[in-house]
Parts: sequence; structure tokens; C-alpha cells
Amino acid sequence: MKNKFSISAIFFSGLIIIMVSCSKNIEGRTYNAPALTPANIDLEAGSWKTVLLTRPDTFLLPVPSAITLPGYIGELNEIKGLQLNLTGAQKENIKYWSAGAVLRWNEIMRELVAKHNLPPYQNEDGIYPIPTAANAFAYPQFPFSNPPYAARAYAYVAAAQYDALVAAWHYKKLYNRAAPYKVDSIINANALAVKTDLPSYPSEQAVLAGVTAEMMKMLFPTEIAFINQKVEELQLATMGSGACVRSDWTAGETLGRQIASLFAARGRTDNTSKAVGTQAQWDSLATATSGKGQIPWISLELPVRPPMLPFFGNVKPFLFDSLTVVNVLRPGPPPSTGSEQMKKETQEVYDIVQNPSSDKIAIIQLWADGVGTVTPPGHWNEIAAEDFVNQNYSEVRWARNFALLNMAEMDAAIVCWNTKFYYFNPRPGQLNPAIKTLTGTPNFPSFISGHSIFSATAATILGHIIPERANAYNAMAQEAALSRLYGGIHYRSDIEVGLDVGKNIGAYAVHRAITDGAE
Amino acid sequence: MKAFFKKFSVVLFIILSTMITKSSFAQTDQDAIMMSKNYFCGGAVYGYSSWKNYWEGTFKRDNLNLGNVSTQTISIMGNYGIKNNLNVLFNLPYIQTKASEGTLHGLKGVQDLSLWLKWLPVSKSVGKGTLSVFGLAGISLPVSDYTPDFLPMSIGLHSTNVAGRITLDYELGKFFVTGSGTYTYRNNIKLDRSSYYTTELHLTNEVEMPDVVNWNFRTGYRSGHLIAEAIVSNMTTLGGFDIRKNDAPFASNKMNVTTAGMGFKYTLKNLHQLAFVGNAGYTLSGRNVGQSAYASAGVFYAFNVTGSNKKNKKSSNQ
Repeated sequence: MKNKFSISAIFFSGLIIIMVSCSKNIEGRTYNAPALTPANIDLEAGSWKTVLLTRPDTFLLPVPSAITLPGYIGELNEIKGLQLNLTGAQKENIKYWSAGAVLRWNEIMRELVAKHNLPPYQNEDGIYPIPTAANAFAYPQFPFSNPPYAARAYAYVAAAQYDALVAAWHYKKLYNRAAPYKVDSIINANALAVKTDLPSYPSEQAVLAGVTAEMMKMLFPTEIAFINQKVEELQLATMGSGACVRSDWTAGETLGRQIASLFAARGRTDNTSKAVGTQAQWDSLATATSGKGQIPWISLELPVRPPMLPFFGNVKPFLFDSLTVVNVLRPGPPPSTGSEQMKKETQEVYDIVQNPSSDKIAIIQLWADGVGTVTPPGHWNEIAAEDFVNQNYSEVRWARNFALLNMAEMDAAIVCWNTKFYYFNPRPGQLNPAIKTLTGTPNFPSFISGHSIFSATAATILGHIIPERANAYNAMAQEAALSRLYGGIHYRSDIEVGLDVGKNIGAYAVHRAITDGAE
Repeated sequence: MKAFFKKFSVVLFIILSTMITKSSFAQTDQDAIMMSKNYFCGGAVYGYSSWKNYWEGTFKRDNLNLGNVSTQTISIMGNYGIKNNLNVLFNLPYIQTKASEGTLHGLKGVQDLSLWLKWLPVSKSVGKGTLSVFGLAGISLPVSDYTPDFLPMSIGLHSTNVAGRITLDYELGKFFVTGSGTYTYRNNIKLDRSSYYTTELHLTNEVEMPDVVNWNFRTGYRSGHLIAEAIVSNMTTLGGFDIRKNDAPFASNKMNVTTAGMGFKYTLKNLHQLAFVGNAGYTLSGRNVGQSAYASAGVFYAFNVTGSNKKNKKSSNQ
């Protein structure tokens, strides 16, 4: 009897401990990020070097009305009314956005990328349908935000945000209209916003809402309703927090949308629309490779899937020109497919995947960033964002740093894809079908490793932005790169050359950072 | 034993061992049989399951990049009679997965240890037969650091679970009907990656695992030496989300499955310590799981741990 009870007691108390000790409630790491409190408001950011804007005042922003006029007094009353009637949910919304609008829009971008990062399912005849922006809602929905598409999307949004905020800062300094919490003592007393000396016309949150929403509509056309809802939430959060009045908001949102139009125009003519190619073009890649005496890449998927965006390598980069891609950054050839070296490297991949340790599998998983994820550039945005949270940047500096990172990542994608489809080099599993992989085999050529080039590029520019983290970023890049060898989908030379090329691309971003006026 | 922990802890996808062990070998957590006090019954079961078709949400498809996904399981199990109406059971499976086509690497390893307490508080005559009521409580916990994040090749979902079950059994001569319902609470799991998408982006490595309800019905012939039964079971995940078209499966998917199968146990007449078990079945319907067919075979040996090995190693319903 005693025996029975003691065993039962241990057993049931064990159950209770398991259930009680682990609440199922999960919060994201940045959900409770502190309110953005800039160490420096960067009042001079209106003079920073822009990406596409020729001048910070290319788009005219009207002179705001004086704060003594009745119209403005009415706007202050609107804020007071909002402050008096904030619900718990609205306060939560204010808290969420207070961590920084660049941060939150970046997280929303990553969510959209992950959501749309699905390769189309084949038709009954085995042909894969291709998503088109013209028919975005039909299956397969546009876009398939694979790594090159995602790299470009992150870059356009970040660069447009940066230019828009530089313009905003120009007008903030020029018109110098104080924030409502500076103007009115009642708003000041009730303000939930972090109070700074930064002028509020135009509202930086509004500029970000306008420019980001407009870019996202181009990049993720099925998400317009979702994006509009985020714009409204941000507007209510900003005005309800006492940070801006309606005219600050309206001017900012309009300015943001105007600046987005510049980037959208570039996006329509940057060669992305030709990145898919045709069957004849795909065939010619194989023919050209055979002509050089090399085994051409073939898709390892069934039904055979056309390669992922094979002509993305011709997209117009941000940090250098297309000739630099081909003449300077594209590396020399991989080991010949018939060489002893290639045989050795293929054998190395085979040996590595035989009996994977759980440590190796963990590394492969951490960096896989495959289907349904934010992609490798998105992963580096995540790493950057969670470090930027601790840096007390102004919004414009947040945007500048993300623009540097993401323009570099897009350009890395361009150089990588240009290289992959120039050499059209087979995956290890094609040369030796006995190689089974511990992550999905990407549907494009092997040389050079995308993860390696993305990671080295990101580590280089991020190491410049936060020097005390440089070693950590480089170690992460090494691990990310090697994870592809551990996973059985890349040869060692894909990785080593990819890391070298990534560092070179990162150097262009560092050069821009040194000369953009922000340091 | 283990039956159903496995069920969800082994990717439904890989329904394999779940079903395998679901039936009546020696005493299991799913049957209506108790070991007598001081008796221990231990054994090993080999199981094989395989599927070609699977469901992404409600969309049924095959995948030429997987071919047939098979799972082999070797389970070590045991059941000890603390009292005639209180047993403790354990199960520890070793699992190996393989895809017949495509490039994905199979995985293998020791999966989850499950433990059950099985209590028989009520057993009384009703009509011409005997009605028994069982209460069970179980836990299962991963015993190796296998990944739950490489489905369908992962060997399990790596969650720590606790479960409660009520089993009713009615025996009329040699014929019986058994039904049970189980609620399983599943703890959150941790992935090796830093973010993941379900129906939204989660900036964490932790995944909320929806709870699970299982129903199990079995009926057939039961005597001292032979049990032959038909089994229908259902698992329903309370929450979770559907695999989208052409997306990868994920640990917190809404995995539902209904299977039908048969099982038998034969105890040697001249060596009543030794019993052979086997069963087989098929998935009738599912959601976010593979449509597996499974079969298993095992051997069990029972003895009195005090050494006084009399006859009756088991006491049905007492």
C-alpha cells in the first residue's frame, strides 16, 4: 500500500510539475522591446547621401501652418481627445510601435517574405505555373519570395525608407515645428511617446508608413488590406501617443508615398521582369556549359522544375554597376566537373552527410532558411534588428543601417546568381546521387554558395556598423556557410569562394557607409 | 505500451509506431488487461510503416521527391504489476526513417520514453458479462536531442507530454469490447532555428504544441491464449494549422488521423510465459499526415519477479 502511494505520488507530482512549469504562452524576442530612445536625434540627417533622390527636397513639402493658428489648435484638441479615450488595446498598440517603426516594418516585411516563400505546386501535366503580378491572387500567388526575390524586396523597402527619412529630416530641420508634447502641457502630461527635441513635421512614422506601404503593395500585391491595416495602426499609435498631429501625419504619409514612386519606377526597369526566362534560354544555359566541357546543372526535383530566377544576375545593383558584377566581382570558375579536385570535394560531401551528429544538424537547421522562411537575407535582418534594438539609434539611422545591409544583400544575390548561372555547376547530389541531404536541395546551380555570400556580405557591413560585434558576425557567417556543406548541398569551394566574394561586396557597402555623411 | 504517445510524438506523418503498438500484445496501455501483482512482462516489437500519399490540410497528394516514406521502429516495452489493479508500463522506441526517392536524408535515433500508470478501480458483473473501468495517467519525454524540425524525416516531435485516459471494457464470455478516450497535454518544443512561420511569423525558437485527443475502439475474441481483435482509432489535434500547398510539414500542424487495423496475441500453451504479438492496419483518413499502412510483430516474456512463477501471469479484468 505504501509502495503504491509513493510511486503514484512521485508520478502525479511529476505530471503536475511538467504542466505548471511550462506555460504555453510564447512571446517573440522583440515583442517587449523598449521604446526607441535615440542617443542622438541626428538633426543633420537631411544632408546624408541619398540613394535615388537627387535632392532631399525633390518632393516639395508645404510650409506647415503656425502653431498659433486655430487650425493647429484644433489638431491639438484631436490629440487630447485621443489621449483621453485610449483603450487597453490601443495602449498596447502604442507600446508595440514605440520600439521603432523601422524595426516593426522590417519585421512585417520578414513575415510577408516567409508567408510567400513557397515554390508553386505543379499542374496535372507536370508543368509548374509561374506566379505573375498581373494575376497576383490566382494560384500560385505572386510573388514566390525566394531568396533573390526577397533580397531585392528587402533592399527596395529599406533604401526607399532611408531616402524618405532623409527627406523628412531635411524638412523637420527646415520647418522646425515642435512635437505636440512640446507645444501643449496637457498633451505633454498625457504623452506616451518618448519625448525628444526632434521636430514633428513631417511625422517620421507617417513617412515610413507611406513609403513602406507603397513599396509593399508593389512587392506583395495580395497583401494590400493587411498593409493598410498596419498603416492605420501606426497612425493611431503615433497620434495617440502625442508624437504628432494630423497635419504632421498627412504631410509625412504623402511624402513617403511620393518617394516610393521613384523606387517603384526603378524596380519596374531593373531587369527583374526578365529574370524568369524561357525554356529556350534555360536550354541554352546547359548547352553553353556542355560546350565548355563541363557537366551542366540539372534540377534534382521531380517533376523537373525550371531553375529559380536564372537571369536574376542581370538585375541592376544598388552599390555598383552591372559591369562590375561581371568584370570585378564574379569569381573565376569552380573546379572542373571532370577534375580530381571535384571528385575529392564530392567525396568530402558524401563523407560528411553519412552520420550527422545532432550538433551538426542543429547548425544546418539554424541556417537552413529554406521554404516558408524569411530567407538568408531575412535572417541577417533579424540578427541586425535584434542588435540595433540595443543601440539607441534614431529612426533615420535605423533606416540607414538597414538600407546599407539590404542593398548589399540584394547586390550579393545579383553577383551570386550571375555566378551560378554563368558556370551552371551541378550540385553534389547530381554528381553523386548517393549523397542524401539534411536540408532541401535548392533548385539552382551550386557554385557559389548563396548562404556564404549573403552571410559574408552581411557580416562585413554589420561589423562596420557595430564593430564590437564584428567577430561574432564573422563567426556566424562561417557557421552559416559551413552549414551548407554539412547539409550535403555544397562543395567546400562553393563556400570558400562565396565567403570571399561576400566580403568584397560588403566592402562596397562599408565604403558607402564611410562616405554617406552619417559617420 | 506507448501506443499513443507515440502517435503524436512520432510524426503523425510517420504514423508508424503509433499504430504498431496500439494493439494488444502483452498488456499495453491501450488494452483492458492487467498484470498480476509482482509480475513483469517485457518484450520487443518491430514495426514498419510506410506512406506514399499524404494530406496538405485536406488536399491529398503524393510527392515524387519523397516516393514512399518509411519508418522502422524497434520498441522495448515492459509492464509491471505493482498490485493486481495497479500496473506501471514503459516503452522506449528506436526509430529510423527513409524516403525512397528524392534527395532527403533519413534520420534515426532513440525517441521518447513513455511511462503509464494503469489503475483498475471498478470491475463488476453487468448483465451476463463483466464491466471494467480503467484510469490511466502517462508521461512521455524525449530521451535524445533529435530534431523535430526536419519533417517528414524527423523521428518525432520532441515534446514532453502528459496524458490522462479512461478505458471501459465489457467482456461477455470470450468476446469483448473496449473503448478509451485520452487527452494529451503537450509542452512547447524548441527548434534549432531562431524564427518560424505558421500563420504568422514567430520571432522565437519555441513552438506552442496544440493538445491532442485520442479515441480507440477495439473488439474481438479474448481467451487465455489468444486475442484477436479489430481496432479503430482516431487522433484529433486541438488547434494547430494546416500545411499550405507545397509547404513543408511542421511540428505544430493540425495532425488528425483515423486508422483501422487488426491485432492478435498468442500465448504458448506449454510455455505460458512467452507470447507473440502482431498487428497491421491502414490510415482511412487524415489531415497533415501521411496515409500510412503499418505492420508490427513482437515477442514478450512474463515472469514473477519474486521467483514464485505460478501459472496465471495475467489476470484479465480482476
